[in-house]
Amino acid sequence: MTTTYGPLSIWAVIVAGGVATFAIRLSFIHLFGRIDEVPPWIQRALVYVPAAVFAALVAPDFAPAAATIEAVVRPEVVGGLAAVLAAWYTEDVLWTVGAGMAGLHLARFLL
Amino acid sequence: MDSRLPPDLRDGVRDTLPLLLGIVPFALVAGVAGVEAGLTPLQTVGLSVVVFAGASQLAAIDLLGRDAALVTVVLTVVVINLRMVMYSASIAPYFRRLSARVRAGCAYVLTDQAYALALARYTSDRDRDSDTRRPYYYLGVALTLWIVWQAGTVVGVVFGAAVPDDWRLGFAVPLVFLALLVPAVSDAPSLAAAVVAAVVATVGAGLPFNAGLIAGALVGVVAGVGADRVGVGRDGGDGGGGGDPDPAEGHR
Repeated sequence: MTTTYGPLSIWAVIVAGGVATFAIRLSFIHLFGRIDEVPPWIQRALVYVPAAVFAALVAPDFAPAAATIEAVVRPEVVGGLAAVLAAWYTEDVLWTVGAGMAGLHLARFLL
Repeated sequence: MDSRLPPDLRDGVRDTLPLLLGIVPFALVAGVAGVEAGLTPLQTVGLSVVVFAGASQLAAIDLLGRDAALVTVVLTVVVINLRMVMYSASIAPYFRRLSARVRAGCAYVLTDQAYALALARYTSDRDRDSDTRRPYYYLGVALTLWIVWQAGTVVGVVFGAAVPDDWRLGFAVPLVFLALLVPAVSDAPSLAAAVVAAVVATVGAGLPFNAGLIAGALVGVVAGVGADRVGVGRDGGDGGGGGDPDPAEGHR
């Protein structure tokens, strides 16, 4: 899965994403004294952003293409399950990625 | 370490060292995933320098590799990094005496860990009376993370280019998202947010502009807030207010 975008498009994304991220970081540091508080409703919403965004990002990667055993039991799914278990027990990026890659390749070898 | 450096700066660097175990593999994946997705080494390192926010970089790489709409890529980066609004608001009082230029520099290197460590230090008893202190401790943490992040990205780029495709290193990207997702699902409302987001994103996977991803994230957040309002899975209830998100989220 490699991108077909040209360098101009990719740099545009990098710059736009970077400027927007910098603006987010600078927001209240710059505005301090004029606006000091994030409105409570925004705070409440922000709490659930990580859970929602990361779930939305990974779910299509692991969703089965069809309701058959072959479609469900894929090496990627085995690796994903191994990673979830590792994340649950260790909450550590290194262990999670290691377990997921090991699960993927083990399943590719066996299936 | 040069003893002429401000002691606060040295403290910051020292307190950051244990965190690097989690940062280094993350940075390596950011480098590897970039070249796997077809970005040039320069673009991959440029992403790390310009955006400097791991989870959002991986999301951008993932989406670019799938040829998602450019607007969706930028929007996803923004949504993932929105949490930093809270850090910015929370740490702003400690930076208020600094010049605009130094404040901007401090803002650029603001990350989950730099915020968490600096705020713990600034609110500790030792520093209670001096919220005007120079930001040496913060910069010790933030700059250490910045240097390690860039170096890790470069090493990841070199490594990723040298490893055969059959190793499937690109699979590390969804795995890192899982590593961030699992700790983020800590209670019933956040579980509701994740499940609803996953379902909407999967159902909408074929939509143009990757609208399924954006819709999933938005509907998921609404579901989380709604579940929180209704008090799903809560016995006491904390009266709302949101509470602080785990500062270690999103970058560990």
